[in-house]
Amino acid sequence: MNIAVAIDQIPQDALPSASEAGPAPKRVVVTYGFWIFLLSDIVMFAALFASYAVLVHSTAGGPTGAQLFNQSTVAIETVCLLLSSYTCGLMSLAINSRRYFRTYVGALITLALGAIFLSLEIREFLSMIAIGAAPQRSAFLSAFFTLVGCHGLHVALGLIWLIVMMVQVAVFGLSARVQRRLLCFSLFWHALDIVWVGVLTVVYLMGVSS
Amino acid sequence: MTESRYERAPGDRPSREMHASAPSEFLVYTIGLVVAVLLTATSFWTANTTLLWPGGVFLGLAVLAIAQMGIHLVFFLHISSGPESTNNVLALAFGVLIVFVVIAGTMWIVADMNTNMMMPSVAPMSTRMQH
Amino acid sequence: MNLLGKLDWNAIPLHEPIIMGATGFMVLVVVVVLGFITAKGAWLYLWHEWLTSVDHKRIGAMYCILALVMMLRGFSDAIMIRSQQALAAGGAQGYLPPEHFNQIFSAHGTIMILFMAMPFVVGLMNFAVPLQLGVRDVAFPTLNSVSFWLTASGALLVNISLAVGEFSKATWWGYPPLSEMQYSPGVGVDYYLWSLQISGIGTLLAGINFVTTILKLRAPGMSYMRMPVFCWTALAANLLIVAAFPVLTATLAMLALDRYLGFHFFSLEGQGNQMLYSNLFWVWGHPEVYILILPAFGVFSEVMATFSGKPLFGYRSMVAATMTICILSFLVWLHHFFTMGASANVNGFFGVMSMIIALPTGAKVFNWLFTMYGGRVRFSVPVLWSIGFMVTFVIGGMTGVLMAVPPADFQLHNSVFLVAHFHNVAIGGVVFGVMAGYNYWFPKAFGFKLDERWGRASFWCWFVGFYVAFMPLYVLGLMGMTRRMQHYDNLSWQPWLIAAAFGTAIILAGVVCQVVQLVVSIRHRGELRDVTGDPWNGRTLEWATASPPPAWNFAFQPKVAGLDAFWSSKNRAQATKDEPTSARDYEPVEMPKNSATGFVTAFFAVVIGFALIWHIWWLAIVGLFGAFMTLLAFSFRRHNEIEVPAEEIARFVRSYQAGVAA
Repeated sequence: MNIAVAIDQIPQDALPSASEAGPAPKRVVVTYGFWIFLLSDIVMFAALFASYAVLVHSTAGGPTGAQLFNQSTVAIETVCLLLSSYTCGLMSLAINSRRYFRTYVGALITLALGAIFLSLEIREFLSMIAIGAAPQRSAFLSAFFTLVGCHGLHVALGLIWLIVMMVQVAVFGLSARVQRRLLCFSLFWHALDIVWVGVLTVVYLMGVSS
Repeated sequence: MTESRYERAPGDRPSREMHASAPSEFLVYTIGLVVAVLLTATSFWTANTTLLWPGGVFLGLAVLAIAQMGIHLVFFLHISSGPESTNNVLALAFGVLIVFVVIAGTMWIVADMNTNMMMPSVAPMSTRMQH
Repeated sequence: MNLLGKLDWNAIPLHEPIIMGATGFMVLVVVVVLGFITAKGAWLYLWHEWLTSVDHKRIGAMYCILALVMMLRGFSDAIMIRSQQALAAGGAQGYLPPEHFNQIFSAHGTIMILFMAMPFVVGLMNFAVPLQLGVRDVAFPTLNSVSFWLTASGALLVNISLAVGEFSKATWWGYPPLSEMQYSPGVGVDYYLWSLQISGIGTLLAGINFVTTILKLRAPGMSYMRMPVFCWTALAANLLIVAAFPVLTATLAMLALDRYLGFHFFSLEGQGNQMLYSNLFWVWGHPEVYILILPAFGVFSEVMATFSGKPLFGYRSMVAATMTICILSFLVWLHHFFTMGASANVNGFFGVMSMIIALPTGAKVFNWLFTMYGGRVRFSVPVLWSIGFMVTFVIGGMTGVLMAVPPADFQLHNSVFLVAHFHNVAIGGVVFGVMAGYNYWFPKAFGFKLDERWGRASFWCWFVGFYVAFMPLYVLGLMGMTRRMQHYDNLSWQPWLIAAAFGTAIILAGVVCQVVQLVVSIRHRGELRDVTGDPWNGRTLEWATASPPPAWNFAFQPKVAGLDAFWSSKNRAQATKDEPTSARDYEPVEMPKNSATGFVTAFFAVVIGFALIWHIWWLAIVGLFGAFMTLLAFSFRRHNEIEVPAEEIARFVRSYQAGVAA
């Protein structure tokens, strides 16, 4: 597409600075746009984190975090997500060297680890609701379920995206367009792990240590 | 893959010129994973230990979290300080600034308001509001 | 379980004559427009050329059309507010019962800010930025179309609320606990919530699109310091969109969770914190007003420079001031709720920051004045709007700085003094700015100028009308009148309110003049035609194209050597005359393919919104599924571009040159 002109068509020595180089290549444009989207998503999480921080002690006489959180579950969830970030990275390496089998394997393991994370989290939520610690119990619980649930929702959407991407690899091969989208996916997946570090620390670890 | 001398897509691998001196990409991811696991383990230890005073626990957890986010950014997302990454770093810095303002600002303002308006720590409000 | 949720025939407010009258009028207009299109046999043309267009020029025009239509709706609300307040003095109750009056001022604010000013500003940026940057389109053209249609979906939901159900009575902010289920059990707040969420997503996507476009897609040679100032203000505004709208998304989501699932973020029970909402709302709310004003500042910069025949004075300080305002706008939000419980320390910090932010704006005003000084100023309609802005906005800014002092604000908060202040800056700044931009870029968009005489008439009516309508409100605020009053006891207020109503009538005359201006201009478009593409002797790259530009904008990618790229090339050589006319000299251009994705996504968005409002859960799921399938279908599209052959480009250039020579 001519909007993104290949940089080689402009003599390099004639351009003294990067900002004069003309329209960037499509890979740069698409992933930068996604990068900006990710930053907007992080700001949304920031608003949810801020709400959680403000409401963390508003337990309305109900259960607190220290009473509810199970550290071993959280530890397993964290390891799963971290490992899935790693396997996503390995998948990126496979994509760059256009190795289809490794791409599929990397995707499958990432998918499996993400699914384990989600199922553990859903189980955690259900068990909390079962003992009366539902989001409707207190402001603290509303904030907890929303913040952690929003992250979980992003993980779920990411897994759906990954499945769709694997179908696209099968249909279109590792074309430039598919590779750009997979690069965006890996940005998303790593960013989700970064947000989880925040959730783990602020919600669970600070919760149990207070 | 169009090679760009001036700009790198965020998350993309470092440019070819760097390859000769840089460690293999597989090694980069693996080092990132190992350090992240160590930091996570340390965080769990910090949260459960009795060796630190409560403020120290809080501080330690915050520092470890920020460090781990940094590890992710550098080892998994390949954020670097080179000129081809300037736009990516600036965007990230802008985002971090906004996150800080939103969280710190909200916490400061609402805590201040709670104190000033003597917000009760347990909720008798609903009983007093019945009429 | 009821298949239609809360929806039944009682939703249509048959017992409210005024609402039914307005609904009837709205339906009549829709029927007439649809009938007109059918009579002209234009459905296929409309579908292929406009509704499925991913061309930034078409999308920009559609945004502006949406804004102008919604302005009429928002302005009728204003007429009702002013007339009610002029009548309801002493024991009189006026003609609008409180329940209706509360919906009117809530709708007025929501519509004017989110469905008039935002689309207008985004529309102008859409149209002009890629042309000024010397590129063919924005970074993500189909996403651009989705953004527009999501905004239109939000507007549609607000309009549906007139006929089916009710609108929010909880003001355009929606503060809890009033906006919680307990005190707003109807569907009004839900209409507000979902129309804002849906259009908010559209706006956020547009913000991402424009940040990427401005930072990554500029003509070769166009470094940052060679960009037109309008592009700098567009960059700042879109950075603010990306930074602020996610906070609104989160805040409205939390309110929705409270209302739909009984959560306790802001409720009175469960230790919810109502001030958390106010705080988060204004974290978004303050940057929002800067999102509106910064592109208006950019328009004024372009207009002043062009019609003074001089480069803009102080380009570097303009850029610095713009980016400073961008950052500072994130550090002042508490001034919207000085009186709501914070201590002196917090109030003091935000008061000082609010005063500081006036400084870069002042620098900009001086730069505009110095641009005019020493130039040969042509007092065209855009310049009239600009000069009107400078006088009016400065007054509004000063009253703002006055209220930035917390002790003063304790007297004036939520009085009509505040109402006068923000209308002063919103009308004097944003409305005057988009009117200037509308008159300035209209010939470029449609190929003929707008009628000057009616343009002047509309300006003078708006200008005079604004002062007559809002200066009395400053006085009333100092006399102690609170905002949003459906009736009042103090008879000494009434003369001022009658004067204000009279001012509204003058503004109405201005709006009528604008409608007439458009009709007359279309009728006389032959005489008003812009043949050269450069009707104002412009300085920036958009004037280097034909009017209207071809879909591909530029036959050759422009290479830029300095600021005011077009101006320098014009004075160097007769570039346009020497452009080659043979197809051999051009290369085929790849353009993005039109797509129905935007329109269809918006359709499902309206379905989802309406279903959620009326608690029709199965329909909401159907809508979500439809939206997902639309996205999926788009992602599996094999052919994303069409190729414009070189011969077509050559043919266009030939006909353009023939037109110029004639």
